[in-house]
Amino acid sequence: MIYVKDLHKHFGSLKVLNGINIHVNKGECVCVIGPSGSGKSTFLRCLNLLEQPTAGEIVVDGVTVTDPKVKIDQFRRDCGMVFQQFNLFPHLTILDNVTLSPVKLGILSKEEAEKKAMELLNRVGVGDKAANYPVQLSGGQKQRVAIARALCLNPNVMLFDEPTSALDPEMVGEVLDVMKQLAQEGMTMVVVTHEMGFAREVANRVVFMDGGIILEEGAPSEIFDHPKQERTQLFLSKVL
Amino acid sequence: MQAIIQTIIENFQICFIDGNRYRLMLNGLRMTILASLCAVVLGVVIGLIAAIMKLLGEKRSVHSFRGILAWVGHIISYIYIDVIRGTPSVVQLLIMYFIVFRGNFTFLCAVCTFGINSGAYVAEIIRAGILAVDHGQMEAGRSLGLSYARTMRYIIIPQAIKNILPALGNEFIVLIKETAILGYVSIMDLTKASDFIISRTYRMFMPLIGCAVIYYLLIKLLTLGLNTFERRLRQSDIR
Repeated sequence: MIYVKDLHKHFGSLKVLNGINIHVNKGECVCVIGPSGSGKSTFLRCLNLLEQPTAGEIVVDGVTVTDPKVKIDQFRRDCGMVFQQFNLFPHLTILDNVTLSPVKLGILSKEEAEKKAMELLNRVGVGDKAANYPVQLSGGQKQRVAIARALCLNPNVMLFDEPTSALDPEMVGEVLDVMKQLAQEGMTMVVVTHEMGFAREVANRVVFMDGGIILEEGAPSEIFDHPKQERTQLFLSKVL
Repeated sequence: MQAIIQTIIENFQICFIDGNRYRLMLNGLRMTILASLCAVVLGVVIGLIAAIMKLLGEKRSVHSFRGILAWVGHIISYIYIDVIRGTPSVVQLLIMYFIVFRGNFTFLCAVCTFGINSGAYVAEIIRAGILAVDHGQMEAGRSLGLSYARTMRYIIIPQAIKNILPALGNEFIVLIKETAILGYVSIMDLTKASDFIISRTYRMFMPLIGCAVIYYLLIKLLTLGLNTFERRLRQSDIR
């Protein structure tokens, strides 16, 4: 589903990614963990070209993303993304937030999109807020709307960039529950997170990144209970 | 007291009623309103284009054809804003009237002058508004498969407009008042009309105060309209 080969990303002289190689299968949920500044978010943002990679090859869902001729807008429809800061559109109601893209892209009619949006909003538990504006929602509700918004385009892959890091502790659970459900339904997911509990419980595979490379990867039980690398052990001893 | 009122009525009679001079004022007012209205529309269109051209060129690399195009657009926009803001609008009007239009199409000349003039200021206002919208909004729009243009149109610009409406209102007000220089090239706007009445009646008070009051009411009306519009846009801020 996702193949990444020797991915490099430099910001001027700052080398953020130094050769990432990873392969994510269809239906797999991969959690990326690591200290801040290790390149986790940059790696994720390269996957849908929010950052232009300096070198390397990325193939997602059969599309060579790094090909200069790729129709990137077309590809991004199939690749949902959820941000740390939610990035809901504050001038639109919750319902319009979800329906904007499918309607403007001509994928669904307004009625179809609204029907689908209501289903999704009900599924993530914010159906009663459809007519409200984002400022009227709590952080957890906003993030669940953001997930529904991404799902409305029927993506094949979902990318999560620290989806719970900007939330109050008591709201983290409700967002993780939605993500857990999504993973159980077989969505291919790449999740950058600091929620070790979630990674252990839901992920099929955990990837530990530091210094712009993947230091260690494996099943959650391997990484959390028997980390091989010293750096991984150090990191986990601080966060667990 | 009686004498003062008597004088005012008499003056009013001479300045505005005799010889149907109120018609002069009304025609002048019409010219002021029409010229400002068309110039505002033209100014916003030019300003929006110039703002986006300037923004697009800022971070594009010059390694691709589109990059070079964006860079050229940036330079054009930069020069346009630089030149227009650096020269007085009276001079621009004179150049337009005598050199570009050679005294023909006076109305078109007025609209072009003020439209192009206002566009430079509006461009910077709009650019500021767009820059003030959180970068995450563009990323969110793009991540949903919307193109740059569509994200701009449906997500960034609506939010920018809300933020810049007070500044934009300022610009509209300045523009309306600036049309008073149309008299320089003998286009009969409101100020020129009152000037004309003065030269006919040798009375200053009534035409000038009347002219000022009409400008004031015109701008009051615009301000009220803008306030209503702003309140409607602010609906999404109600908690």
